[in-house]
Amino acid sequence: MTPATANAVATFPAPDLAGFLASIRGALPAECILACEDQTRAYECDGLPLFRELPPVVVLPEDEPQLIAVLNACRAHHVPIVPRGAGTSLSGGATPHPQGVVIGMAKFNRILGLDPERAIAIVQPGVRNLAISEAAAPHGLYYAPDPSSQIACSIGGNVAENAGGVHCLKYGLTVHNVLGLRIVTIEGEVLELGGEAPDAPGLNLLPFFVGSEGMLGMVTAVTVKLLPRPELARVIMASFASVEQAGEAVTRVIAAGVIPAGLELMDQRAVRLVEPFVHAGYDLDAAAILLCESDGTAEEVAGETSRVAAIMAAAGAIRVQVSASEEERLRFWAGRKNAFAAAGRISPDYYCMDGTIPRRHLARVLGAIADMEKTHGLACSNVFHAGDGNLHPLILFDANEPDEVERARAFGAAVLELCVEVGGTITGEHGVGIEKVDQMCFQFSRAELDAFAAAKRAFDPYGLLNPLKVIPTLARCAEYGRMHVHRGELSFPNIPRF
Amino acid sequence: MESVLSGLSEQVAAARAAGHRLVIRGGGTRLFYGDPLPEDDSCAWLDMSTYRGIVDYEPAELVLTARAGTPLAEVEAVLDGAGQMLAFEPPRFGPGDTLGGCMATALAGPRRMAAGPVSDYILGTRLMRADGEVMRFGGEVMKNVAGYDVSRLLVGSMGVLGPLVEVSLKVVPRPRSEITLALALDEAEALRSCTRWRSRPMPVSATAWLPDGSGGRLNVRLSGNESAVHAGAAEIGGELLEPEKADAFWLSLRDQAHGFFRQRPLWRVMLPPGAPPLGSGRELHEWQGCLRWLGGTHDPAALRAKVRELGGWASLYHRDGALAASPAFHPLAPAVMRVQRRLKQQLDPGGLFNPRRLYPEF
Repeated sequence: MTPATANAVATFPAPDLAGFLASIRGALPAECILACEDQTRAYECDGLPLFRELPPVVVLPEDEPQLIAVLNACRAHHVPIVPRGAGTSLSGGATPHPQGVVIGMAKFNRILGLDPERAIAIVQPGVRNLAISEAAAPHGLYYAPDPSSQIACSIGGNVAENAGGVHCLKYGLTVHNVLGLRIVTIEGEVLELGGEAPDAPGLNLLPFFVGSEGMLGMVTAVTVKLLPRPELARVIMASFASVEQAGEAVTRVIAAGVIPAGLELMDQRAVRLVEPFVHAGYDLDAAAILLCESDGTAEEVAGETSRVAAIMAAAGAIRVQVSASEEERLRFWAGRKNAFAAAGRISPDYYCMDGTIPRRHLARVLGAIADMEKTHGLACSNVFHAGDGNLHPLILFDANEPDEVERARAFGAAVLELCVEVGGTITGEHGVGIEKVDQMCFQFSRAELDAFAAAKRAFDPYGLLNPLKVIPTLARCAEYGRMHVHRGELSFPNIPRF
Repeated sequence: MESVLSGLSEQVAAARAAGHRLVIRGGGTRLFYGDPLPEDDSCAWLDMSTYRGIVDYEPAELVLTARAGTPLAEVEAVLDGAGQMLAFEPPRFGPGDTLGGCMATALAGPRRMAAGPVSDYILGTRLMRADGEVMRFGGEVMKNVAGYDVSRLLVGSMGVLGPLVEVSLKVVPRPRSEITLALALDEAEALRSCTRWRSRPMPVSATAWLPDGSGGRLNVRLSGNESAVHAGAAEIGGELLEPEKADAFWLSLRDQAHGFFRQRPLWRVMLPPGAPPLGSGRELHEWQGCLRWLGGTHDPAALRAKVRELGGWASLYHRDGALAASPAFHPLAPAVMRVQRRLKQQLDPGGLFNPRRLYPEF
C-alpha cells in the first residue's frame, strides 16, 4: 500500500535511529519520546488510512528549543522527518516514513496573543482551527478558512496544506489569511517569514511556504488575520433538473458581480446519500442542488439574496428557498457538511477525491465520472465547491471485497487525470501527500518537477523533511508513464496545451 | 506569438552559452525600482514586451490569462468592459507598463490593504529557465495545491528567478458603490481611527492621510454594496467628496503622480497596523497607516533600525545623489538571506537573470 517507499528510501544515507534516540534523550522529557509499538501505533496513518506505516519513533516536543534539538539530532543521524499536526490529512501528508521519526506538534497548543482591535492573532501550530475562532468570538471576530475538519485540524496542518473550506471564494484560502510564520529549518535556524507589516522584503517566501506539505521547515508560530463576524448569513437552496442548468446558474450569479460567501453544488447521488440522515429537506428528484450563502449586514443580505434568487429562477431552478432562520440555514448546510459522514454510513469505505476544474467543464466532467462508475464498477457521488471549481467525488467501495481497493484507486487516478485534461489540477485543497505522487507526473513536466526539487534543496539540502511526498522521482514517473499516456510528451514549451 | 516565444527562448539559451547575463525588461517603466543595474557591459536586455496579448478571459470564471508583455492598460480595459478589475489597483507609470512588470515588482495601489497583496491574486505562471525551456506552475483555477506555489514566489521577485512568460490572475467584480469621505484629523488621531476600523464590519477600501496647515486630512474610501457603504459612512462621518474629485485623488496616489511623490530621496516604509507616527514631519500614509511614504534625507541604517524595531521594513524607493549606491531593499536577517540565496542558486544556477536587482548578493 505504500508504493513510494521502495524506490526512494535508497536515496538517503542509512538513518541511525539508535544514535538519534541517544542524542535527544537529554533534550526532551522521557514522556515526549515514543518508541514502543503500543505508543506509536496511533501514528501509523492520518485521515487517509489507505496508507499505513508504523513509525519507529514519535517525538512530541513541547517548545522551540526542544524542536531545534530534535531537528539537529535528525540531521546528525540522517533521520527522515514526518511532521504531523492533528493527523487529519486526506492525502497521506503525515504517513510515517518506515525509518524515520514523526514529529507531532500537538503540544504547541497555545494562543500566544490575540489583539482584537488590530484583528490579529498569533498562535502555535497545534492550536485547532476552530479554537482560533472560538477565542476571537467574544470580540466579534473570527478566523475565516473553515475546512470541514475544522473541529479537529490544527492551524499548522492548515498552513502545510493551504487548507480551504466552503467560504474561500469570498474569504480566501489559508494563504490569504496568514500574515506571518515563524519556522525552524532542518539546520535548526529560526526564520520569520512575512509579518504584521505588508510586503516583506526579498523573495516572497511566506506564500511559497504555505502549502509546502511539511517539506521545507517546521512551523512554530502562525500570525493570522481575523475578520469581523458578519451580522447575518442566509443560504439559498435551489434545485435544478440538470447539472448543466445548475452550472449555468453559478455562472450567471458570478457574472452579475456577486461573490457569495459560499456556493456549493451536490449532484443527485450526493443528495440521495445525505437526505435520509440529515433531513435537510433536499429535493430528491433534482439532478443537482445549489446552496448559495450570502453574509453581511441585514440590508446587504436582503439585497443579495433577492438578486441571487431571481438569477436562480431565471436559470431554470425548479425550486428556490431562502433560509428563514439560523436553524434553517444550518439545516440546509447540514447535508453538505455531512456528505462524507453519510458516505461512511452507507458504504464500508469511501475515497474522497479533490480535483479542481474550470467551472465551465463541470457538466462534461460529471458525465465522464458517471461513465467511469461503469468502467470501474463502483458508485461515486459528487459534491462541488461550485464557486471555485473544486470537485470532491466520493468513490464508495468495500476494502474487504477482493480488488475493490485497487479499483477505487484506479477510479480516483482516472478522475484526477481528467481534471488535468480539462485544464484543472489534481488537488485543490487536500494536498499531494503520498497519495497523488504518481499523478504529479501527469500534471507536471520533468523540468517543473526538477524546479520543485531544486526549491526544496534550498530549504532542506539534506532531503530529510517529509521525503517520499509530493515530488516523484524520475524512475517513478518513467514507471507511471509506461502505464499511462504521459502529458510530459505534450509539455514542450511552444505547444499550446489544449 | 509562438515564434516570438521561441525567439526569446533562443536568446536566453544563447546568452547562457555565451556567458552573458540578461536584464529582463517589459516597458521599462519600473526600472527605477530596486537595486541599480550593473554598469559594465556584461548584461544584455531581454525584451519581453513583444510577447503580448490576452490568452483567455472568462468573466464568469473570474480568471484572466495573459502574456507577460501585455500592456497593463489593455488588461484593465478588458476587465472594465466586463465590470471587473484587478483587486490590488496596480500603479500605472506610463503606456509601457506591462503585466509582467506589474507582477515582478508587486507594487500595489490604495486598495491593497483591503484586497491583500498582489500575490493573493496570482493563480498560475509560466516561467522561462536558463536553457529557454518554459515551465508552468499553478493554473487557471482558484484552488490548486499541486506542488509548491512557485507562482506566488515569483510575485515581487524582481525577475531574479527568470522571466515571467505568462500569468493567470484571479479578478474581482467592480464594487457596486464607492464613496470617499474627508476627515480633518492629525496624524495620531488618523492612525488610531484607521486601526479601529480594522475590526469593524465596514468596507473601507483605501485610506490616505496627508499633513496640511491645520494638522492633517484623512481621506477614506468605502467600496461595496450600497447599504454597507452607507452604513460605513454613517459610522465614519466626515465630509463627502465629489466623485470626480475623489477619483482624481485616488488615481494620483495609485500612479504616484501626486506632488508628494516628487520628493527625492523617497522612502517606502511598511509598518504593522497600529504603529505610532515616525515623527519625521513629512509623511503620507496609505493602507490604514501600514504604508508610509517618507520624503527627505534619512540615514538608511538609522531609519531601518527604527522601522525594524516597530516590526516593519523600509525600502529606498526613489534615490538621489547621496544615496545613489545605497541598497534599495531592507536587509534580510542572515538566516533568511541564506535560504533566499540558495533559492536563487538552485533556480538560476548560472546567475543568468537580473543580477543584483533584488540584493547585491544575488
